[in-house]
Amino acid sequence: MHVAHLSLHDFRSYPTLELPLEPGVTAFVGRNGQGKTNLVEAIDYLSRLASHRVASDAPLVRHGADQAVVRAAVVRDGRTATLEVEINPGKANRARVNRAQLPRAREIVGLVRTVVFAPDDLALVKGDPTDRRAFLDDLLVLRTPRLAGVRSDYDRILRQRNTLLKTAGAARRGSSSQEGALSTLEVWNSHLVTVGAELLAARLQLAHDLRPYVAKAYAAVARGAGRDDADLVYRSSFDTPEPADGRPTPTAAELTEPFLARLEERLKDELVRGHSLVGPHRDELLLSLASAETRLPVKGYASHGESWSYALALRLASYDLLRDDGDDPILVLDDVFAELDSGRRDQLAELVAGAEQVLVTAAVAEDVPKALAGARFRVADGEVRDDA
Amino acid sequence: MYEGVVQDLIDELGRLPGVGPKGAQRIAFHLLAADPTDVRRLAEALVEVTVKVKFCKTCFNVSSEDHCRICRDPRRDPSVLCLVEEYKDVVAIERTREFRGRYHVLGGAISPIDGIGPEQLHIRELMVRLADGAVTEVILATDPNLEGEATATYLTRMLKPLGLRVTRLASGLPVGGDLEYADEVTLGRAFAGRRSADD
Repeated sequence: MHVAHLSLHDFRSYPTLELPLEPGVTAFVGRNGQGKTNLVEAIDYLSRLASHRVASDAPLVRHGADQAVVRAAVVRDGRTATLEVEINPGKANRARVNRAQLPRAREIVGLVRTVVFAPDDLALVKGDPTDRRAFLDDLLVLRTPRLAGVRSDYDRILRQRNTLLKTAGAARRGSSSQEGALSTLEVWNSHLVTVGAELLAARLQLAHDLRPYVAKAYAAVARGAGRDDADLVYRSSFDTPEPADGRPTPTAAELTEPFLARLEERLKDELVRGHSLVGPHRDELLLSLASAETRLPVKGYASHGESWSYALALRLASYDLLRDDGDDPILVLDDVFAELDSGRRDQLAELVAGAEQVLVTAAVAEDVPKALAGARFRVADGEVRDDA
Repeated sequence: MYEGVVQDLIDELGRLPGVGPKGAQRIAFHLLAADPTDVRRLAEALVEVTVKVKFCKTCFNVSSEDHCRICRDPRRDPSVLCLVEEYKDVVAIERTREFRGRYHVLGGAISPIDGIGPEQLHIRELMVRLADGAVTEVILATDPNLEGEATATYLTRMLKPLGLRVTRLASGLPVGGDLEYADEVTLGRAFAGRRSADD
C-alpha cells in the first residue's frame, strides 16, 4: 500500500498542508524543528491512532487550535480509499473512511499499516522489558486489530486487581477486615486469567512467527553475522504448558490453568507487595546474540553497533512479517540514518529499497544513502517544497 | 460575580451534572425572569423530593413509600428476581414490559478503583431476601462491561450453592442492526452465545 495524498489541518506545526506523494522513496530534508517528523507522524497516527513520539493526543494539535485533522488517500491493490481522523484532545476522536463516519474511531486501526524506524528504537534493545512488551503488543494489534480491545481490557482488570491487593494488604497490616477485599479476588483472578491468557497466547504465537524473521534480518543488517546469530525467546511469568496436537505454541485455553495455579501460589507475595506478580505484564522478550561459544543477552553485553543492528532487525522483521501476511506496509525511516555508521546505513537502504513506499526524514541530504534515490522535498518553516 | 443570592443560585445550579458555569448562569437568569408561581412549583418539587422519596426497604428502588410500587404489586411473579446496578436500569427494563418478576437494586458494581466492594453493594440484603426460598430464578442484569461482568461472576459464585437457577442477560447483536457494522467483540459474543434456530 502507499499514501498518494496527505492533508493536514492544525496538526502539529502545520495550519494546513496538501501534499501529493508517490510510491517508492520520498525523502524529507530540512533542519531540526522544521516539521519533517510531523509529516510521517501523521501517517503513523492514522495507522495506529497513536504517535511514536508522545503518549497523549494534546501535543498533536497545533497550539491554539481545538482539533487537528489528518486525511490521507491510501492506495491498496490499485483501489484508493480516503481515511480521515479528527483528533479532539480530551474528547472522542472521530474517524471517517471514504467520508462515512465509523461508529468508533478505533475501527480505523489497521487500514493503513506502517512500520516506523526511529532513533528511540534503541530502547527496544537497551530499554526496560516494558519497551519490548509494547513492541510485541503494537505489532499484535497491527496484525489482529481485535486484540486492541483485549490489551486495554487486560490493563483495566490489572488496575482493578492491583487496587484490590493494595487494600487487602493494608487491611492485613491492621485496621479493617481483609476478608471483604479478598472475597472478590477470585473474581478478578478469573477475569485476569481469561483475558491475560488470550493476550499471552497471541504474544507467544507472534514471538514464534517473528523468530526466523529476526534472525534473517539481523544477518542482513550486521555484516559478517551468521544466519542463526540473533535469537529471541519469550519468557512468561509462569511455566507455559507444552501445546497439544503439534501446534507450535499453546492456546489461551491451555494457558488458563497453569496461569491460575501460579497466581494462587504467589498470593502471599502479592499481598505484601500490593501488586500483581503473575501475567503478561511481567513477561520479557529475551533477545540474544551468538558469541564465540555461547549465547549472550543483547542487553548489557552487546556493543552499541550490535544493539543498533538488533533494533533495526526487529523493525525489519516486523516489516517482513506483515508483508508475508499479505500487505506491504508503509516504511517510515525517521531520522535514523544520522545514527548509523555508513556500513549499516547502506545495508539498511538496500534492504528497504524494494518496499512499495518508503518515507525518509533527514536533517542533511548527505545522510540519505544513494540507494534510496527518489522524490526529495525540502521542509522549512512548516512549508514543504519539491526539491527536484 | 453577582449579588449574594443570585450568585448562590448560580453556584448551586453549577453543581448539577451536565451544567457548566455558563449554563448555570443561563438557568438562573431564566428563573429570575420567569413567573414566580412556576419557580415556586419547581422549588416545591425539589423540596418534596428530599422529603418524600425514599428507597424501597426490600429492593432499594426509588419509592414514595416504604415499599416500592413493584414490590407491592401482587401480580408480579415472586419467584423471579432481576438484579440490576442502578434504579435507572429498573426503568429501562420496565419499559420493555417483558419482565413480570421483581427487582433488586445493587447500588453499583464491584470496582476496587472506586472503592466499591461487595460490602458497599446491597448484597447482604439480597441474601436475606433469598433465605425464605420463594425466589427460584435470579437474573443477572449488570452492565456488560468489565465491572458489571466481575459483579455477575461474583454473584454467580455466591448464588449457585443456594440451588437457584442463575441466568445472565444475553449479549449480542442489536436488533435492526447490520452484521457488517458490528464490532468484533460484540460479534464474537454473539457467536459464542448462539442458539439453536428451532427453539
